[in-house]
Amino acid sequence: MQRIGVFVCWCGSNIAGTVDVQAVAEALKTEPGVVFSTNYQYMCSQAGQDIMKQAIKEHNLTGVVVCSCSPRMHETTFRKTAAAAGLNPYMVEIANIREQCSWVHKDMPTGTEKAIILGKAAIAKVNLNTPLTPGESPVTKRALVIGGGIAGIQTALDIADAGFEVDIVEKKPTIGGKMAQIDKTFPTLDCAACILTPKMVDVAQNEKIRIFSYAEVTDVKGFVGNFTATIKKKARYVKEDVCTGCGICTEKCPQKKVPNEFNLGMDNRRAVYIPFAQAVPKVATIDPDHCTMLKTGKCGVCAKVCTAGAIDYTQKDEFIEENYGAIVVATGYNPISMDKFDEFAYNQSKDVITSLEYERLMNAAGPTAGKLLRPSDGKHPHTIVFVQCVGSRCSACDEKGKEYCSKICCMYTAKHAMLTRDKYPDTDVYVFYIDVRTPGKSFDEFYRRAVEDYGVHYIKGMVGKVMPEGDQLKVRASDLLANKQINIDADLVVLAAAIEPDKSARPLATMLTASMDTNDFFTEAHPKLRPVESPTAGVFLSGACQGPRDIPETVAQAGAAASKVIGLLAKDKLTCNPCVASSNEIMCNGCSSCANVCPYGAITYVEKEFRQPDRTTLVRRVASVNEAVCQGCGCCTVVCPSGAMDLKGFANNQIMSEVDAICK
Amino acid sequence: MENKNLREEIIRRSGVNPLKCMRCGKCSGTCPAYDEMEYHPHQFVYMVETGDIEPLMNSKSLYKCLTCFACVDRCPRGVEPAKLIESVRLSVIRQQGNNHLNTDTIPDIIDEEMPQQAIVTALRKYNK
Repeated sequence: MQRIGVFVCWCGSNIAGTVDVQAVAEALKTEPGVVFSTNYQYMCSQAGQDIMKQAIKEHNLTGVVVCSCSPRMHETTFRKTAAAAGLNPYMVEIANIREQCSWVHKDMPTGTEKAIILGKAAIAKVNLNTPLTPGESPVTKRALVIGGGIAGIQTALDIADAGFEVDIVEKKPTIGGKMAQIDKTFPTLDCAACILTPKMVDVAQNEKIRIFSYAEVTDVKGFVGNFTATIKKKARYVKEDVCTGCGICTEKCPQKKVPNEFNLGMDNRRAVYIPFAQAVPKVATIDPDHCTMLKTGKCGVCAKVCTAGAIDYTQKDEFIEENYGAIVVATGYNPISMDKFDEFAYNQSKDVITSLEYERLMNAAGPTAGKLLRPSDGKHPHTIVFVQCVGSRCSACDEKGKEYCSKICCMYTAKHAMLTRDKYPDTDVYVFYIDVRTPGKSFDEFYRRAVEDYGVHYIKGMVGKVMPEGDQLKVRASDLLANKQINIDADLVVLAAAIEPDKSARPLATMLTASMDTNDFFTEAHPKLRPVESPTAGVFLSGACQGPRDIPETVAQAGAAASKVIGLLAKDKLTCNPCVASSNEIMCNGCSSCANVCPYGAITYVEKEFRQPDRTTLVRRVASVNEAVCQGCGCCTVVCPSGAMDLKGFANNQIMSEVDAICK
Repeated sequence: MENKNLREEIIRRSGVNPLKCMRCGKCSGTCPAYDEMEYHPHQFVYMVETGDIEPLMNSKSLYKCLTCFACVDRCPRGVEPAKLIESVRLSVIRQQGNNHLNTDTIPDIIDEEMPQQAIVTALRKYNK
């Protein structure tokens, strides 16, 4: 029989306001096994912990129940307290009488009644607890960063700076991401390439960093400290280590009509291409969908002109396996499709463009060499209408827009409007806004400058319809402050499209068993206190894969994620969770149900000899759990038909006795 | 108090939650009958929300709405202003008392000039 101590916490008035803590402590005193019961204002305080330590020693307690807040808050605290008093930390159970009781009940009698029941359940469980000892697992001292945008680049640089090896996997032929496509950055108007490309070069030159460009992560196995990732290096038909990046192939390739994705299809590239001048690695890539040689076997111009002999039409996709201790997700974002917004005529007129397309139109390396010219006829636009919140803050239709605020649009629209007025003072610029949201250092000042110094017309209201008519765009909108409907004949309409996580994020989350929200943004372990960690141990988040954010925030988060990775990789051994599955070999019938559902691949089968009652031996196939790999999710215990699988610390009989205690 | 009941009734009947409105004005930016109206679609939503319903019921704007549903289609928050306008219109009609139509008289009243919304309203009147 256990000797159990019960400690009921008031949590100030958080619990004591709706639960009669005195009555709970009294009621639980008579439960089986309980030898001591008390209540205290703040159990988590030093004084509260001292009460627990003293009671453990004085009453020779073998088990402890703390009726307090969620175990997510203070389970570790109380386990450490118990351990300090010489008790096995896994003999401590928490009855959550705050989040699951006092906070959700309004009146004292029902709150108290429920708190007593929750306490009884925890006591019933502790009666069946056994001391557990955690094992240890080694740490592979290398990190994987998935995504090579500014988030991935900064994370990799910071990790490498601490002396650890990092691999960046980027699905495009070059690192750089969205930031490489941006012209200027708010609120300082630095040229994006000027501040990004030195970092790209740093990555390329850093001995600790390897870049797998034009590659994807196709599989991830293992657990914190011991991940194994399969990386698919897509065939680029150019030998990466031989190509000098001279670019002669990209000039001579006869296939000239391939839409250039770097300029969002506003101009063309060749079938063999280098995305942009400062690409890293600066290596050509052949696009197999458009290369005449790869499609018909007739051409071979690039191979003829390549002096280095780097072209290799026979290259195949290559799969490599690497081991990592930590994984950082930095998969970034994309603007949403404008196909469903018929009212803005995006698909009807070339002169209705998205903001990212506008960035390319303004950029010196863009399709117009930095001159602001309309995509339809190459003329200079004199009236430009910017529409904000296109698809953002849209709760009416999931397929059309996103319910969240995309956060960056107010600032980049102010930037576009300001730069346009600065370069082309003869242009009328209108910005239609619902709210101007500029929380950030020097952000509101920046927006006000656009209005006050540059004469951008900010109109509170939304564009209802854009109608192409002749070579103009008739824009009908509301001006809410003037209480008027206004019509503008515009030459160019720019849509601030909502942003969404990259499409590769969802399958990646499944591979990593990392959780996502309904918008496919990765979820953090705690929204306030653990913002750069995924709830899955060893997986960290960097940049816009977690939610809309701008460059300064992304860089800050990238550094934070890197410091968490460094903290992990600096350890030689990790303490495992002892609450893992184990198989009772006598009962196991070797059916494989558990191995089939195990998300971590922790279960294998072994042949074992068993002695029969008639003294003969029988060889049977039984399940065996790799305790280092098992994460204690409990799927196997649910599917096991013979009841052989059980979870330490959450055994079937413990759960049942909790249920019995509640139903009694 | 009476106004509050009226407000509740209008909201209940239309199935519209005016609190969903984020005041972007896209409804008024898209309304083809905007210039004919004294109170515009976004004002309808706001005035129902604040219970300022009397002026709406007395306004000709009620009958200028074409029921084209452009505002319903384009509202990013799913507020559906046209349904709200229709609901206010019904409140007016129901307060008018015993002036229901006869089944026989309806076909005579309908001619090519008659706006669609009037036909719908006429049928509603008959229904009552």
